[in-house]
Amino acid sequence: MTDHAQNRTRPVGDRALLIELADNRLVHAAAALVRARYGEALAEVVPGHQTLLVVGRDGPVRIDLDGLEAADEMPHELVQIDVRYDGADLEAVASALGVSVEAVVALHAGAQYTVAFMGFAPGFPYLICEPSSPLLELPRRATPRTRVPAGSVAVAAGYCGIYPQASPGGWNLLGHTELRLFDPQRDPPALLEPGMSVRFEPI
Amino acid sequence: MTRVEVISPGPLTTLQDLGRPGYAHIGVPRSGAADRPALVLANRLVGNDDGAVALETTLGGPWLRFDGPAVVALAGAPVRGLAMNEPIELAAGAELRVGTANRGLRTYIAFAGGIRAPLTLGSAATDTLTGLGPEPLRAGEVIELGRGASRSKPPAVVNPPAREPVLRVLLGPRADWFTAQALAWLTGEEFTVSHQANRIGLALCGPRLERARAGELRSEGLVPGAIQVPPDGRPILLLADHPTTGGYPVIAVVHSEDIALAAQLRPGARLRLCAASVRP
Repeated sequence: MTDHAQNRTRPVGDRALLIELADNRLVHAAAALVRARYGEALAEVVPGHQTLLVVGRDGPVRIDLDGLEAADEMPHELVQIDVRYDGADLEAVASALGVSVEAVVALHAGAQYTVAFMGFAPGFPYLICEPSSPLLELPRRATPRTRVPAGSVAVAAGYCGIYPQASPGGWNLLGHTELRLFDPQRDPPALLEPGMSVRFEPI
Repeated sequence: MTRVEVISPGPLTTLQDLGRPGYAHIGVPRSGAADRPALVLANRLVGNDDGAVALETTLGGPWLRFDGPAVVALAGAPVRGLAMNEPIELAAGAELRVGTANRGLRTYIAFAGGIRAPLTLGSAATDTLTGLGPEPLRAGEVIELGRGASRSKPPAVVNPPAREPVLRVLLGPRADWFTAQALAWLTGEEFTVSHQANRIGLALCGPRLERARAGELRSEGLVPGAIQVPPDGRPILLLADHPTTGGYPVIAVVHSEDIALAAQLRPGARLRLCAASVRP
């Protein structure tokens, strides 16, 4: 059990707060609690790494996180993502880790991930797993690619990510999914949201 | 229904409204008018709802031809030869040439009835970071106006772009990442807007703001007006199309009422920052 009395709140301008939390599970529990308790008064509730940004709609916000432990018991939605492991960096990743390509796939598909937060592009998830995997600890590529294809599943710098659309990118590409990570015409527009659990299924 | 032909679009003219609030957690910036009070003012002057779709110019404006009658209003950066902050009635066949702003950067052109445009996540705003929303205006394009509005609201406050504004900032959330010298310079020295200035943010030239600690921050949520500082010490003041999360520490955040002043700063403009008191 975490001591929530130690949650630190930092001011962010005149209408937002940044709440620091002990771990990312608590961030998602706090996000759910804050939305339920203050939803109408808030413009945005934005998870980050061990932080939650809360932006007021018209003015300053005051947040009381009483009852966070109970909110932390919520089940997390599990999404399965089919992946074809054909990424351009698969062999380089295997050699960097000193294992076979098959072992990289087993390592990646064998873990369960959580969407820690989103950003970079609409629908782009920053996935973490606990305990962290050596795959996720790989550094970014020395030279970023000018174009990473849409649906690319990649790892770097502590995270696994999925590129919703083609864009420049510096992460190590393991494979790709045909799923649409982001579609503004769909409801909800993003396939994944912060707090969701993710498993990858090799196809 | 009046149609408006774009004879020439100006350097960068986009459709804007009040943006897409509520999607930052899935990586969608709010976007919308960079100078929101100016958009609201232009809309109110023609009887529109505050968030009706209007045009936002960048330094220079478009040349438009109207095939029917229209009522328009310009607010924000003043343009030579055109009445600002009051409704202008145009007859069928009229042309409106919006030239270069005398000062400031962004002029808002609202039309009674608003612009009819497809909505993406509830907004017609062009988001220059993600590409959501319509493309910027192009020559030959035709925009359709909605049916005339008739709501009458008291006009919003007219706040003309200031030449060398002093923006109020509230320190934090990561002021503790910086040296005392950096904090003193932030509110004691003058900054200049660099040529890297757009709807995403303004890179500022001035004293380099040094960090008091090593390492990098992990990503956290961002707001408009946040002043983030990359490792090179050159601050970036974020505007409407800013990314939703980022890992550069934010030394201070511009007061929400002063973001409009920042949005009217053009490259080369000078500004100062002053510390506002943190609320209790």
